[in-house]
Amino acid sequence: MAMLEAIGVESMNDLLVDIPQSLRLESLQLPNGLSELETMAQVSALAGRNRVYADRLTFRGGGMYRRFIPAAVAAVTSKPEFYTAYTPYQAEASQGTLQAIFEYQTLIAELTGMDVSNASLYDGATAVAEAAMMAHVQTGRSEVLVSGYLHPEYVQVLRAFGEGRGIKVRRGDQPGKKTAAVIFQQPDFLGLLVDAPALTRAAHDAGALAIACADPISLAILAAPGDYGADIAVGEGQQLGLSPSFGGPHVGFIACKRDLVRKLPGRLVGTAHDAHGRRGFVLALAAREQHIRREKATSNICTNHSLCALAAAVYLTYMGPYGLRQVAEVSFTRAHNLAARLASLPGWELAFPDRQFVNEFPVRVPKAPAVVRKLARKGILGGLDVSRWFRELKGVLTFTCTEVNDARALDELLAALG
Amino acid sequence: MTTEPLSFELSRPAVDPPRLPDADVPGPAPAGVLPSELLRSRPPGLPRLSEPEIMRHYSRLASLNYSISENFYPLGSCTMKYNPVLNEQAAALPGFAGLHPYQDEESVQGALELMWRLEQALCAVVGVDRVTLQPAAGAHGEWTALRMIAALHHSREEKRTEVLVPDSAHGTNPASAALSGFHVVEVKSGADGRISLADLESKLSPQTAALMLTNPNTLGLFEREILDIAEMVHATGALLYYDGANLNAFMGICRPGDMGFDAVHMNLHKTFTTPHGGGGPGAGPVGVKSDLVPFLPAPTVERTNGHLTLDYKHPQSIGRVRSFYGNFGMLVRAYAYILAMGGDGLSQASQDAVLSANYLRKLVETDLEMPHDGPCMHEFVASAHNLHEDGVRALDVAKALLDRHFYAPTVYFPLVVPEAIMVEPTETESKATLDSFATAIKEIVAQARADPQSLHDEPRNLPVGRLDEVTAARKINAYLQGQSEDPILRWKAPSETLPKDPC
Amino acid sequence: MADRRYTKTHEWVTVDGREATIGITDFAQSQLGDVVFLELPSAGRKLAARETFGVIESVKAASDLYSPVAGRISAVNDKLSSKPELINSDPFGEGWILKLELAGELPPDLLDEEGYKKVTEASAQ
Repeated sequence: MAMLEAIGVESMNDLLVDIPQSLRLESLQLPNGLSELETMAQVSALAGRNRVYADRLTFRGGGMYRRFIPAAVAAVTSKPEFYTAYTPYQAEASQGTLQAIFEYQTLIAELTGMDVSNASLYDGATAVAEAAMMAHVQTGRSEVLVSGYLHPEYVQVLRAFGEGRGIKVRRGDQPGKKTAAVIFQQPDFLGLLVDAPALTRAAHDAGALAIACADPISLAILAAPGDYGADIAVGEGQQLGLSPSFGGPHVGFIACKRDLVRKLPGRLVGTAHDAHGRRGFVLALAAREQHIRREKATSNICTNHSLCALAAAVYLTYMGPYGLRQVAEVSFTRAHNLAARLASLPGWELAFPDRQFVNEFPVRVPKAPAVVRKLARKGILGGLDVSRWFRELKGVLTFTCTEVNDARALDELLAALG
Repeated sequence: MTTEPLSFELSRPAVDPPRLPDADVPGPAPAGVLPSELLRSRPPGLPRLSEPEIMRHYSRLASLNYSISENFYPLGSCTMKYNPVLNEQAAALPGFAGLHPYQDEESVQGALELMWRLEQALCAVVGVDRVTLQPAAGAHGEWTALRMIAALHHSREEKRTEVLVPDSAHGTNPASAALSGFHVVEVKSGADGRISLADLESKLSPQTAALMLTNPNTLGLFEREILDIAEMVHATGALLYYDGANLNAFMGICRPGDMGFDAVHMNLHKTFTTPHGGGGPGAGPVGVKSDLVPFLPAPTVERTNGHLTLDYKHPQSIGRVRSFYGNFGMLVRAYAYILAMGGDGLSQASQDAVLSANYLRKLVETDLEMPHDGPCMHEFVASAHNLHEDGVRALDVAKALLDRHFYAPTVYFPLVVPEAIMVEPTETESKATLDSFATAIKEIVAQARADPQSLHDEPRNLPVGRLDEVTAARKINAYLQGQSEDPILRWKAPSETLPKDPC
Repeated sequence: MADRRYTKTHEWVTVDGREATIGITDFAQSQLGDVVFLELPSAGRKLAARETFGVIESVKAASDLYSPVAGRISAVNDKLSSKPELINSDPFGEGWILKLELAGELPPDLLDEEGYKKVTEASAQ
């Protein structure tokens, strides 16, 4: 009441005079509020209606993986100084966020072998789409070529983005004069390794860019996109310290060569100095962005996935170069052990026996849906039935193995199939 | 307070990697199987720190941040309200956080039920028929809505190429329209700060696909003539799009759907208290009226006799805008908030937000210029133009507030007000907080009159003073043009930044 | 400089024989603030009058550059790539942007000093 009086009005309605009377509501058609106790009880009841598979018995991937998440990650991201701050517009009061993003940018650039990374994108799918936009703007060409088994949902998002900008998405390996970019995934959606250097050369020979969609953990052992000359590296960062959460939120990463940096979408953080010569961090090259460039911006992205990028930064810092390699190598060895054992089951065979993989691989199995159901009954989240997206892969399941699937878990899986 | 070295600068080669399991099964190592061309030649240049060093590093970084959990964050247009800690607990429940997106539908009925209920609640709040939860942020939602609008016109075999955007609109509006393949046509604001109906009339044409509007507009003013605007837009066959950035102004008071909007995006990270995370993740669901329903991104969540399914069969769908089903963890938080608040609580929240904004506006109306008459809705735009002759600008006021333990309002936006200072107090703030903020503004204005020069040196009490962005930008451009080897946009080991060719 | 002409979009042009020199005005540079980058075309490209030929950026703003006249680009001011600040310090002199080999007549809608002054006074309001 004191506030209304200070304003000089008698009632709340006097502040709402600009709203036409015919639009005014009596109330919302929603139940009244609940206590914290009741709210949590309702939400927990919903959570209780979901089945959660144990990490160690999850052998399903398809772009979303169970990994060991160090306790340090949540301990940092749950600090309210990080998670309740806004986009760091006022640099002097946001040095924590800005420096963390700067470190993230450096970590991603190191991992991918690229010159510069941005501050983050929504996910792997939109990162692929944004990279295609960059290639379109850079080359002035209007077709992107998708080589091999790129994640089918990434292709769908790429098509939806492309339609707005008049970019055609074609499948194939032969870039032509209209090709803005060749996009490939390493390892691909099935887990198989592609000849990334050859695809990159083919793109360049046609005057197109090469866009590598990379699995970040695999980069501890595989050649970095920058090493084989790709122009843009993108990917999904979920494996870098984030739980699956039914698909999100996670983080899309994008990094590129020096000559493409001005075409990058989204935020970038750089160093600057104050009048006393102290180093600080600021949002940089903002004139590319929507709040300044409006309809001519490189992208419409504003809010990105900063907190998920922070999680990735903590994860990569915790692991360091040799911890990350250990994670990747353990996954590699276990997956190869599992692949050999599965392929020796009666009627089972590797779907692509001549192809190399890292820690996910396709197996052709008799009665795939029944196999998956049987494993579920024993508490195991078995392989992913990829025929849902690819008709030619009927009967093919992809299995994933990481450091969380211990030796005994592999035995349990085999026993369940026996 | 002091600055903190980078993790890369703190790195010590002597630090052992963390203890991790061995493979414990026989099997090859990568180097034994893969061709060398596919192998990494040297390890990535990640820092090497022990866990205690890492925890201290990030704790010190956290101390350099300002956040809503600490104090008032009056950032206009951004709706910085308290993020209930309950939300975090809800999203972290293993029954949510541990779900794989490709689990069998039968095993995720609780997650789908939550999405379905959230959709119903959002429909009720904004007055639409269906909502997609897929978009990851507000701008992503804008673009999704425009794709649907384009698809609807296309299905009617109409070629509409223009999207109208007011000059006071958020920058994401024209950017999303352009990304969606439309030409952007700007509509002018009138002297009263509201959209000029005459200008709108002159810009509407058979080419118009949609008008993008936020109401209240970015000046915090309700578009009184919204019903006339809707009629004008619909009469030409165009659609009306609602930018939901300002939804916190009128939950339970009125609804965009009733105003005539055909598509509405919402920012769960603004109105529905999911945290901003220093720049995301958020979530930007889009609500639509029945005409647009066939074009929703797939899959949708459907409920029949209490059984939930993901429905992919939408032949006219614009497709998929994000992998999986959106930022599910954010959906859990927003749903928990809506449950706890209820219809009564949400209505109260908006009324309190409007009250706070008008109260604060009143307190500072003699200190700063108020370019438009009140009352305002949930935010107001002031101008520091009255300090111009003292050589003091909106930026100086912003920096001086930082020194007084407040975050700064949004400055220099909207573009139609010179020296704009855009303040959104939200329902979170008490009268005492608003009073102390007003006192700070009065002190700063007094200082501007008495000693304007001193304001240019603020902030003084923060880890760094004003940073020289001009020099930084010129150095970045020098790097991008190959005139220097210091990228500025990342750390490089000192030896790598030396010129390759000293000549 | 009585022979300097202006556009409403704040470019200036001077003509010497068949060669035109183009830059942005002092008013424009003061509105932009410290210039940090220019995206410019290469010599040889043909421009129509009022065609966009580049972008000029400060930290907080970016603006398209329009050619006041039609012609073929004969020279681009190379110094601007390492010293964009020349636009701020000497917009009518060392901060010139392009030289064009004129094609056809000067467009009739170019403003003289007086006419341009009115434009800047109006936008200062």
